[in-house]
Amino acid sequence: MSEELLRLENLSIDYKVKEGYLSAVKDVNFSINKGEIFAVVGESGCGKSTVAHSIMNLLPGGNETITGKVIFKGRDLREVTEKEMEKIRGKEIGMIFQNPLDSLNPVYTVGSQVAEAIELDKVDKTEAWNRVVELFKDVKMPDAEERAKSFPHELSGGMRQRVMIAMMISRNPELLIADEPTTALDVTIEAQILAIIKALKEQFNTAVMLITHNFGLVAEVADKIGVMYAGEMVETGDVFEIFKNPVHPYTRLLMAALPRKTKNEGRLQTIEGNVPRITEKKPGCRFANRCPYATEKCKTEDPPMVMVGEDHMVRCHEIGKEEK
Amino acid sequence: MEERAMIELDGLKKYFSISKGLVKKTKSYVKAVDDITMTINEGEIVGLVGESGSGKTTLARTLLSLTKMTGGDVYIDGVNLAKATKADMKKLHTDIAVVFQDPASNLNPRQTVESSIMRPMIVHGASKAEARQKAKEVLELVKMDERYLDSYPHQLSGGQLQRIAIARALALNPKIMILDEPTSALDISVQAQILNLLLDLQETLHLTYLVITHDLNVIKYLSDKIAVMYLGKLVEFGPTAEVANNPKHPYTWGLMSSAPILDPTLRDREKQLLSGDPGSLIKIGNGCRFCDRCQYATEECKNSQPETEEVSQGHQVACFHPLHI
Repeated sequence: MSEELLRLENLSIDYKVKEGYLSAVKDVNFSINKGEIFAVVGESGCGKSTVAHSIMNLLPGGNETITGKVIFKGRDLREVTEKEMEKIRGKEIGMIFQNPLDSLNPVYTVGSQVAEAIELDKVDKTEAWNRVVELFKDVKMPDAEERAKSFPHELSGGMRQRVMIAMMISRNPELLIADEPTTALDVTIEAQILAIIKALKEQFNTAVMLITHNFGLVAEVADKIGVMYAGEMVETGDVFEIFKNPVHPYTRLLMAALPRKTKNEGRLQTIEGNVPRITEKKPGCRFANRCPYATEKCKTEDPPMVMVGEDHMVRCHEIGKEEK
Repeated sequence: MEERAMIELDGLKKYFSISKGLVKKTKSYVKAVDDITMTINEGEIVGLVGESGSGKTTLARTLLSLTKMTGGDVYIDGVNLAKATKADMKKLHTDIAVVFQDPASNLNPRQTVESSIMRPMIVHGASKAEARQKAKEVLELVKMDERYLDSYPHQLSGGQLQRIAIARALALNPKIMILDEPTSALDISVQAQILNLLLDLQETLHLTYLVITHDLNVIKYLSDKIAVMYLGKLVEFGPTAEVANNPKHPYTWGLMSSAPILDPTLRDREKQLLSGDPGSLIKIGNGCRFCDRCQYATEECKNSQPETEEVSQGHQVACFHPLHI
């Protein structure tokens, strides 16, 4: 049994908005083990990025209320001070975003920006620079030495994302949060970046929380998957299991909506209706208004998390009944 | 059924010139679309794939006569684009319609859906009453309720906006639709709705589609044929199953095997990861444009351009060393 690294317990995030209240994330529970790639998938606005940002304590602050626990290596990150958090960010938990250009300073060379991260660990300048070149080679940067002296605008999108990954792994974090890391890249470059992420996991036993809306990526690299819908984690489990045997009605419909066939084999599954905006505190399944199996109970009572297999959890009333 | 060519490209070229220096001008060209020959038949769905900067959108813009071609011939439904008269052009503009990636930026935020849909018809001489009637009809075609006619774009979701954009494209009864990344901005469940809608429309109205996208799963689902572009060149063109499962050009093979497959049990399949970046159109040698990234490249590839050859019925490849997988 591998060791648990991160566990979210009943994480809920509410925002104050004009209408009074907006529930962005509700009662999210999942855990990531060391060396595991956990993919959080869901459609836009389902709260996947909000969850990721809350782990790093990066939400804007001010108008959100966070409840629940974020337990990283036995410590609740909701309890630590900002000063301690600064030591955790980068050193223990690294993060890369969709657009690397937003994360790089345009007036410094990319090498010096990576070196800056390394120097935080009291490493002297020459050694830091040598490490940068090594890291650039690790992330398969062409002409590593030359490229370290380039400015961000001189690099292609794929190379910039390599710089970000090099910066992340420079401090050897145990958890890497990757928020749509390849969405802005071409498929051939995407495949190269995925290969690097996979290699990280194998070489350094880094755990990765991969946030994406692209089920293709999930199928290629993830070990486990968590499906989010309207702020709730509706299903978590092994990636092979969920692709083969999705249980939650939303996951089932979503899997059938993926273009996995040719048009001659028929039309794709669609999901009627729209994602609700949750501005009222009232119990009930958030998918009930679109769910073909919904009953009265689904509209009035919160569905329980039901275990349907080893490590396979589903938040649904109807499934619970079937199993019993 | 007799096949009738709807779009014929014969050696189509589109170069952009770049000038350097103030006094001594040295001119060089970006060959965004270089010598492309292909035929799209009536009622076909052709998927155009390639990485960013491969010239997919420039090709589409040339077909729409939004940009002037540098050389070659384009025939749309038999009419030569370069020699078209004003009357021909007017007909061409109704025959060929376009839907872009981001529907929000294509609709005027200050106009209602109805007036956005009516606009092209009025430009082409329809009366207001006719246009209004037709607007209702096309909205029905895209399976939206009449009540949305009075909505403004900001009141609608991404999927609804894309339906409106498709409705507007249909307003002039086009024969050809160019769809530039029609579902890239949409979520999976909405993408499925739009793909189904596009297929329904294509069948009922017998349209010809040219679909530009980088999502190979979408292309494999939607299209009859796939055209692959690399740095301005058409490297492979043929029936979907052939190009996807039996690619002949090393680039196509790399592209197809890089694309994520929506099935985790296939993750350990043999992959041909391409190294390097797509490269730049400014610095291209005399040889095959893919030769720097190609593991099969020989001296011949570096020094001369491969000709396009037909390897099987309707399957054309531009490569000196086509694969035999």
